[in-house]
Amino acid sequence: MSVLSALRSLDRRWIFLGVALLVIAPLVFGFHIAPVLPSHRSKGYYDAIERVPEGSTVLFAGDYDPGTSAENYPMALATARHLMRRNLKIVALELYPAGPPLMDQVFRIAGAEYNKRANVDYVNLGYKVGNEIVMSSMGTSIPATFPVDNNGVPVTQIPVMKGIQNFQQIKLIVSVSAGYPGTKEWVQQVVSRFHVPMVAGVTAVSAPEYYPYLQAGQLQGLLGGMAGAAEYEVLLHKPALATRGMDAQSLAHVFIAFMIILGNLAFLPQRKKERS
Amino acid sequence: MKREIPMIITMVAGLFMLIAFFVPHPAVRHLYEGFQIWVIVVVGCTYVLGVANLLRINWRQVARREQDWPYKIVLIAGLLVTMAVGFSEGTHYTDVTSGFQWIYQTFYSPMSSTMFALLAFFIASAAFRAFRIRSVEAMLLAIAAFILMLGRVPLGNAIHPAIPAAADWLMEIPQNAAKRGILIGAALGVMATGIRLILGLEKTYGGDGS
Repeated sequence: MSVLSALRSLDRRWIFLGVALLVIAPLVFGFHIAPVLPSHRSKGYYDAIERVPEGSTVLFAGDYDPGTSAENYPMALATARHLMRRNLKIVALELYPAGPPLMDQVFRIAGAEYNKRANVDYVNLGYKVGNEIVMSSMGTSIPATFPVDNNGVPVTQIPVMKGIQNFQQIKLIVSVSAGYPGTKEWVQQVVSRFHVPMVAGVTAVSAPEYYPYLQAGQLQGLLGGMAGAAEYEVLLHKPALATRGMDAQSLAHVFIAFMIILGNLAFLPQRKKERS
Repeated sequence: MKREIPMIITMVAGLFMLIAFFVPHPAVRHLYEGFQIWVIVVVGCTYVLGVANLLRINWRQVARREQDWPYKIVLIAGLLVTMAVGFSEGTHYTDVTSGFQWIYQTFYSPMSSTMFALLAFFIASAAFRAFRIRSVEAMLLAIAAFILMLGRVPLGNAIHPAIPAAADWLMEIPQNAAKRGILIGAALGVMATGIRLILGLEKTYGGDGS
């Protein structure tokens, strides 16, 4: 049996093993392959947050759940750290039912690092059903849309919500999104109607969806997947989860590219036979 | 009347929301705000219907011992136990030490992440078995995929700085042009569907689309 014919009948479990080893090895042994260089999209994200005056309020939409937390969680954590480092007030909400515990975790970690207190420096309003209608309704009244926070505390008793009525008091929207409802809906429902500056962190597979909004200036910055999160961590000078994951992702990408070539080489003789 | 009444409600509500968008009069704004809150409440109620429907369908499959019925028991048990734990803890279900959070962190979160993580294995397998270069178009697709695979990770830049630059060009010029075209087409389609709904020409939502 030739090498190519052996490849054609390759059990796919060998491919699975290859992926597993290449992903696990850098995470376990912690070796470093190549430095992460920030793109203009990540710089736009970082700069937009830097431009917000200290003490202003930022709306942080954590529209993701554990399914995409490998990509969205590192960018959400890095963003919370950045916002708290800059002494910005955070009003968070989630349009994914399973999102609130992840955002609570993000605020617990970042809040402890920067000495920020729940309800005084940040609040998690929690999940609200309704997708685009929630966004649109917040344009009229945030307290009417979210009468209580994630823990059932009335927003009228929450210091960080004092004076917050609608998007007029919001200086920036940060959308960390896994899909629908998420970044696209925030742009369509809020940015285009209420003209609030916005940045977004999205999964790698959905990132191409948002390039038109980025080019049109409706998004001021964009983090695409774990690579975008790693670039943002570099800009913050705080390498964390995403930076550690980039070497694993690098090797997995190279392996997949190699698989495309190998797959075509293996089936080359068969195709020649079909043609003849 | 079974068809006409929902159609009239849709038409009136659709026209009102459209007009209210452009009318800043307080009376109109007040009703507009009320409608938005109503929608949130109504959509919330559909969750209850969803749970009831899920229980009804799966319970019937278990009772008839249909294919994969043991998995349906796991689903029903998971749903009922999670709901019972959540409701028993009241507003404290969000506490880090609550039983609801334990279920979330121990079961839901890892299982949900696992489903997404499996993609890496299937993509690698599909790249080997299904990504065949049989035409010029397929070759262009393969080259683009190859450049993007390398250009989107730091290793690409370490190999040659031209690789991420080429990946950026692919994403920002040809990909973006195609994406804009799709977006404009979809937006026109949404507008046309909206007008058809308001005018009562679109009847599929009322179960009359066959």
